[in-house]
Amino acid sequence: MELNASLSLVRPEIILSFSALALLLLAAWREQAGRLVSILAVAALGAAAAFVISFMMNGTDVSAFDGLLVNDAFGNFSKILIFIAAAISLMIAPRFLEKAGAMRAEYPVLILLSCIGMGVMVSATDLITLYIGLELQSLSAYVLASFVRSDGRSAEAGLKYFVLGALASGMLLFGASLVYGFAGSTSFAAIGTAMDTDVGLGLIFGIVFILSGLAFKISAAPFHMWTPDVYEGAPTPVTAFFASAPKVAAIALTIRIVLEAFGSQILVWQQIIIAVALMSIIIGAVGAIGQQNLKRLMAYSSINNVGFILIGLATGTEQGIAAMLVYLVIYVAMTLGSFVCLMQLKGHDGGYREEFADIAGLSKTRPALAAALAIFMFSLAGIPPLFGFWGKLVVFNAAVAANLLPLAVIGITASVIGAFYYLKVVKVMYFDDAADVIAESDDKVLVWTGGLLAAANSPLGYFAIPALGIWTAYAARALF
Amino acid sequence: MNAADIPVLSIMLAIPVVAAALCLFVRAELARTVALVATLLNLVLGVVLWLNYDPAGAQWQFTESATLFGPIGWRLGIDGISLTLIMLSVFLMPICIGASWTSIQKRVGEYMAAFLLMETLMIGVFAAQDLLLFYIFFEAGLIPMYLIIGIWGGQDRIYASYKFFLYTLLGSLVMLIAMLWMIQFAGTADIPTLLNTDFPVEAQKWLWFAFFASFAVKMPMWPVHTWLPDAHVQAPTAGSVILAGVLLKMGGYGFLRFSLPMFPQASADFIPLVFGLSMVAVVYTSLVALVQQDMKKLIAYSSVAHMAIVTVGLFTFNQQGIEGAIIVMLSHGLVSGALFLCVGVIYDRLHTREISRYGGLSVNMPKYALLFMLFTMASVGLPGTSGFVGEFLSLAGAYKVSTWATFIATTGIILGAGYMLYLYRRIAFGPQVNADAAAMSDVNGRELWLLAPIAVVVLWMGVYPETFLAPIRRDVATIVDRVAPAAPAGDSKLKLVDPTTARYRVVHSPEKNMAEGSH
Repeated sequence: MELNASLSLVRPEIILSFSALALLLLAAWREQAGRLVSILAVAALGAAAAFVISFMMNGTDVSAFDGLLVNDAFGNFSKILIFIAAAISLMIAPRFLEKAGAMRAEYPVLILLSCIGMGVMVSATDLITLYIGLELQSLSAYVLASFVRSDGRSAEAGLKYFVLGALASGMLLFGASLVYGFAGSTSFAAIGTAMDTDVGLGLIFGIVFILSGLAFKISAAPFHMWTPDVYEGAPTPVTAFFASAPKVAAIALTIRIVLEAFGSQILVWQQIIIAVALMSIIIGAVGAIGQQNLKRLMAYSSINNVGFILIGLATGTEQGIAAMLVYLVIYVAMTLGSFVCLMQLKGHDGGYREEFADIAGLSKTRPALAAALAIFMFSLAGIPPLFGFWGKLVVFNAAVAANLLPLAVIGITASVIGAFYYLKVVKVMYFDDAADVIAESDDKVLVWTGGLLAAANSPLGYFAIPALGIWTAYAARALF
Repeated sequence: MNAADIPVLSIMLAIPVVAAALCLFVRAELARTVALVATLLNLVLGVVLWLNYDPAGAQWQFTESATLFGPIGWRLGIDGISLTLIMLSVFLMPICIGASWTSIQKRVGEYMAAFLLMETLMIGVFAAQDLLLFYIFFEAGLIPMYLIIGIWGGQDRIYASYKFFLYTLLGSLVMLIAMLWMIQFAGTADIPTLLNTDFPVEAQKWLWFAFFASFAVKMPMWPVHTWLPDAHVQAPTAGSVILAGVLLKMGGYGFLRFSLPMFPQASADFIPLVFGLSMVAVVYTSLVALVQQDMKKLIAYSSVAHMAIVTVGLFTFNQQGIEGAIIVMLSHGLVSGALFLCVGVIYDRLHTREISRYGGLSVNMPKYALLFMLFTMASVGLPGTSGFVGEFLSLAGAYKVSTWATFIATTGIILGAGYMLYLYRRIAFGPQVNADAAAMSDVNGRELWLLAPIAVVVLWMGVYPETFLAPIRRDVATIVDRVAPAAPAGDSKLKLVDPTTARYRVVHSPEKNMAEGSH
């Protein structure tokens, strides 16, 4: 395919690249332009998303750059979700970062660069492009984690993330080279063809290493150790970003490589995915019980949720992938909403609070905030009638349809353990005596985003089920 | 017909939700009034349902159907069994609001909102005709109840609220997997269709167990009943009323709606298990009730014993047994609710639930003593009260299946008489040993208005149960027909030719035909 046609298929990424570079120039020119750059970055994401939506509407399914990338419904669906999550992360951040003295123009630029990386990740059909996208995203993320330079915890989080992330990238690269060596190609399609006939030990090793590296990126157990530390140390808006957009991208990437490259040998990877899923669910649930810091709690919650999402992948069916996408959409809404609520926990002295003791009796002093957080907690726990229930339901439905009954039963039983700590948050806010440390929120953006996301997670969200079902099914079909 | 076009059930579900939203934003006095008006409005609609329900008409009436939520069908409809349980819910709700009128002083708006949401969810459980919709209503009830126990409960409310939530959640989740399997097997989540789907016998066993895990906890059956005494003791009075009055009935309703007609063969296979657990429950929890020092705990244990009689009745596979079980459920809903209210009346005055702190209340509280006596007798199962009708029918039904189970379950009634009369003696009779208890004033107008309607219905049900049996008869017969091929043989066979007693035997021809037609 000629270059022009290929370039036209990556218009969203091109827009983002040029915007990021232009905004970087603007930032160099005016140091304190954080807010302006943020607004422009959101606009750039909007423009990119408009192109993605038009691809989605036209049903584009074409590969570009001689099979290095593909522009299909699955990638486009993931991109829309990523761009929305990134835009929300941009909108909620300014006031928080200003408070920390770190609202510099690099923040939106790094988010945009990260989005380009994620756009490449979800549409990569070759191990090389996969790695480039992943690294672009990861490098931006390392810098974002330590964005508040003056805060020791933030710097530590960035360093930790970088060292462990580099290790994971190394494992992934090692796996990729093994697969290349034994399959003879870096293209997913060619690897798939090579695996049709015979899977040798070398290929299996390669697959295991690739999946291990990816498990690190999606913070699935047993490669989850970095998550609580990084989530706790990074500035809260950055944590909200980490928990949403990059997770969507990494999971979408995992889905694509597993299905397109290794799809023909389901028995090879299914056991790995099942083990990782169950371990994540259980470790995410048990690990959270003793936490006193709410951001650490959310980190374990995200590990737990990744476990549920992977149950969809373990099925290896179109229904399972569609279920994962539904869960991802709801997960993004739940997790961003929870972080928006956590960002509103500001003490009377103006400092940010993130401990359990600070939200004691919050329902008496800040009823609306407590109600919103309670909605997110019940939703994360998957209790009907909140929308989080629907995500769990479709995933388990896919598992039942694929005859993975033991997995479904164990997974759903383990979710009771998770319910315990979500309930603990509600208990502390509603049953305990008021500590009255949290002041009225002065950030209208947070209040409105939190309110809208809470409404989306309330039973009102059920009205979105038909549309969500159609679009996720359409996106999942692109992979089969 | 015009009346049929009005979505009565949806309106009944919507009224409390709207009122709940309103309660959150108004001040305390207004919130109480809003809640009372909303629940009374729903009671009126309930009466409208009752009057317009045609016992001889279609099996499912007042049906509604909308596809707003994709795979979750907004399908509602009721049969006679649902109707009676919905009536029970809407009847108890205004009483609950009244019972909390003065005793709840903190966060009134939120309290009323939680109760109103509870009402929607209860009606939803009994009216849902879609498996997933049922599950959502069934499970969603955990949230308001968790908050009611945790915020407005007693000393150990936090432990009790966790235990309540996690216990029931664990039970229900396994049921969800079973439901998903069923939906995929049958290709639909429509309950009326599923009721006539024949699931493979091997699968039935697993499905039955999954449902059993949920309903046995909800019911609650021994040995998974331990959450109930904690929840009851810690919940505020109205919370206990709704818990004992309606939430426990969801377990029985679940057995009746799902386990029996959908998995008849598995149900028949597991009769020994159900009977065994029920027999243990009747005797064990009755004995436990006998030694309780806390009034609410005593009534809570008596609930477990009564619910065991319900499970015995349900798994008899015959008309009397199941009808009796439903009447026990209704009766227990009213009577235990009333007993909790009676406890609430004196608790509000003395702020203790310890039995020994009272005594001789019939002297200074004659009206209270009379009402309390009536409900004690109804709980014991005295003829003329609702308790008798239900227990008699269900045990008569059980006798056809298992003599031993009936024998042991009947001892529960004797023990029940024991602990209830003992409770009554210690509270209402005897010397007035405690000066503060002796100084308590009799029931006031509000409390009388709470207890009197229940008393009327309890007597009504005891004297003329036909009112309550008429709407359920045909639907029970449908279930009996459905499970007939699997019905157990029974160990109580009358001698066919016995000239000495032949002339005393009464032949119930329709009943007999039904029993024989099944074989």
